[in-house]
Amino acid sequence: MTDGTGGYAPSRPTTEGRVYNLTGGDWDEMLAQVQGGDPIHEERLVVNMGPQHPSTHGVLRLVVEIEGETVTDLRTIIGYLHTGIEKNAEFRTWTQAVTFLTRADYLAPLFNEAAYCLAVEKLLGVTVPARAQLIRLILMEVNRVSSHWVALATGGMEMGALTAMTNGLRARERCLDVLELITGLRMNHAYIRPGGIAQDFPDGAVEKIREWIVEIRKEIQGLRNLVQHQPIWVNRLKDVGWLGVEGCLALGVTGPMLRAAGLPWDLRKTDPYLGYEAFDFEVPTQDAGDCYARFLVRLDEMYESTKIVEQAIERLEPGPVWVDDPKIAWPAKLTVGPDGLGNSLEHVQKIMGSSMEALIHHFKLVTEGFRVPAGQVYTAVESPRGELGAHVVSDGGTRPYRVHLREPSFINLQSTAALSIGGMISDVIASVGSIDPVMGGVDR
Amino acid sequence: MSGPTERPVPDDSAPDQSAAEIEKSTVGTGSTDTPFGVERHGMFGVHGSGDTSGFGGLVREPWVPADAQRPYGGYFDELVDDLLAAAPGSIAKVVVDRGELTLYVERERLLDVATALRNDENLRFELLSSVSGVDYLGSARRLHAVYLFRSMTYRRRVRVEVAASVDDPHIPSLTALYPGADWQEREAFDMFGIVFDGHPGLTRILMPDDWDGHPQRKDYPLGGIPVQYKGATIPPPDERRAYK
Repeated sequence: MTDGTGGYAPSRPTTEGRVYNLTGGDWDEMLAQVQGGDPIHEERLVVNMGPQHPSTHGVLRLVVEIEGETVTDLRTIIGYLHTGIEKNAEFRTWTQAVTFLTRADYLAPLFNEAAYCLAVEKLLGVTVPARAQLIRLILMEVNRVSSHWVALATGGMEMGALTAMTNGLRARERCLDVLELITGLRMNHAYIRPGGIAQDFPDGAVEKIREWIVEIRKEIQGLRNLVQHQPIWVNRLKDVGWLGVEGCLALGVTGPMLRAAGLPWDLRKTDPYLGYEAFDFEVPTQDAGDCYARFLVRLDEMYESTKIVEQAIERLEPGPVWVDDPKIAWPAKLTVGPDGLGNSLEHVQKIMGSSMEALIHHFKLVTEGFRVPAGQVYTAVESPRGELGAHVVSDGGTRPYRVHLREPSFINLQSTAALSIGGMISDVIASVGSIDPVMGGVDR
Repeated sequence: MSGPTERPVPDDSAPDQSAAEIEKSTVGTGSTDTPFGVERHGMFGVHGSGDTSGFGGLVREPWVPADAQRPYGGYFDELVDDLLAAAPGSIAKVVVDRGELTLYVERERLLDVATALRNDENLRFELLSSVSGVDYLGSARRLHAVYLFRSMTYRRRVRVEVAASVDDPHIPSLTALYPGADWQEREAFDMFGIVFDGHPGLTRILMPDDWDGHPQRKDYPLGGIPVQYKGATIPPPDERRAYK
């Protein structure tokens, strides 16, 4: 080091007093560097957490101003995972855009796909067949359970409850097994497409889901037994990170945080989509508005999701999974061949052997895509984190003119300061964990 | 860190329209609004070389949302009447499309409209769901801020759209009324360069602080940073031959 401070804690005077930069090194040596007193009691201490930090729930950076262990100010800095998903979607066809948007909130990819596809279908003025709706609904509920498991697992891990983490991730694997069997991928499925779903359920999917319901209910009860009344868990969460209904509405906070504050607001009930109105399920609420209430809401929601899936698989009936419109529906059936998933042999034989028109149609629809009448729509689905909206604008072309995801993680994360200021620094971790932000969704 | 590469910026010097002529107490006719979208020619975006596709003669008209005629249907009439009672003459144009109500509002009236939407007992829009920017390249006031208001009491939605030009991209901030607009307005500033007057700290949020340009504008290229592979550069995806 050439700054003459021995490599530690250079300081400089500023208009707001002397500022010491502490990056690594030894605390005693830093104190020894400080001339004339004790910075902890006389000066503000600004601590930077993240963006690479095991407790910040992703590449989230928190700049915390503390006095002793009490947080006096907090800033949230995001953008480290910005990948230009919305911009990229404008340069792909309506179908290809799904592949980008599914990567936004990577713990709830099927919700991104569903919100966007419902918007495109609203622009097109089409409704997908009943079987496709039910399959979408089943997968979204499985995805909700898996996302909540990660929320509970990582939230627990950040507070040092490693068994909650291992149990949670084990349970999430069971959900991902179901999604993998059906969509072929554990995450970023691109399974829900404008006009339908990529392919129908494979053999054994319904049996697998039946097993999953039994297993996941055991896991939910297991986590309940493990932590619901566990004194350390309760003490770390109860009365921590409070946000009431007024605060939630002012900040735009929706989802489990709003329901934990006492407002039973769930888009599946208030604006039913994909036929949610026909299912018997509860909207779990709590009235404490703290981290513990959010934990309980998530736990109860997982159970309600299994109820929905249980009813939905009973209602599955054979039928098409694409809209009955050859100008929109994917031209080929997909099957697994010796070289992996691809167009079915029957379809390839038809377009290569017997029908030039079918070949042209396939080529045009796959490369150029379909046109969507000009206009703009907004559709919203209840994602595991709240209202996930898609504001989609079309100018009449084969590509989206503008896609905006109203990401609940992004908007809920604004409440970090409101949850944390005035509390202890250790409670910041619990609060951020209870918001459950997914940085892929925050930064898009 | 670099912004977009040199690229011709479309002329945006068309005069701004004044809101003064809009009649008070009724819904405007929307005649002051310029067309959205761009007239486009051809299909593959090929310029300056021979077009062998046969699609070069195609002309696509710009898109203009049509004025809605009363009755608008559903709760829309009631909502528009209540809003006009609370904020007379504030609506420049009403569009009802695909079951969704869009109100075009001049930026001078945005705060009146938002205050009425939030405070009026008959409206009660408690939640500002979403703020997003849209760039309608080619129209005079090409930067649009689109607000989605949600009434939980009445279970209604309304979209409010405000336009500004690139030379004068100022739109009043709603952060004082809806604190949740904070980050969303910062995002619209970051991505579109819309300046929200009255915002407590309008800084970039997703892009680095020293970034040049506003990436989601339509004249900002995708992949604005040149990518070099062993001496050969590849054009950004939007400059490659593709269907338009």
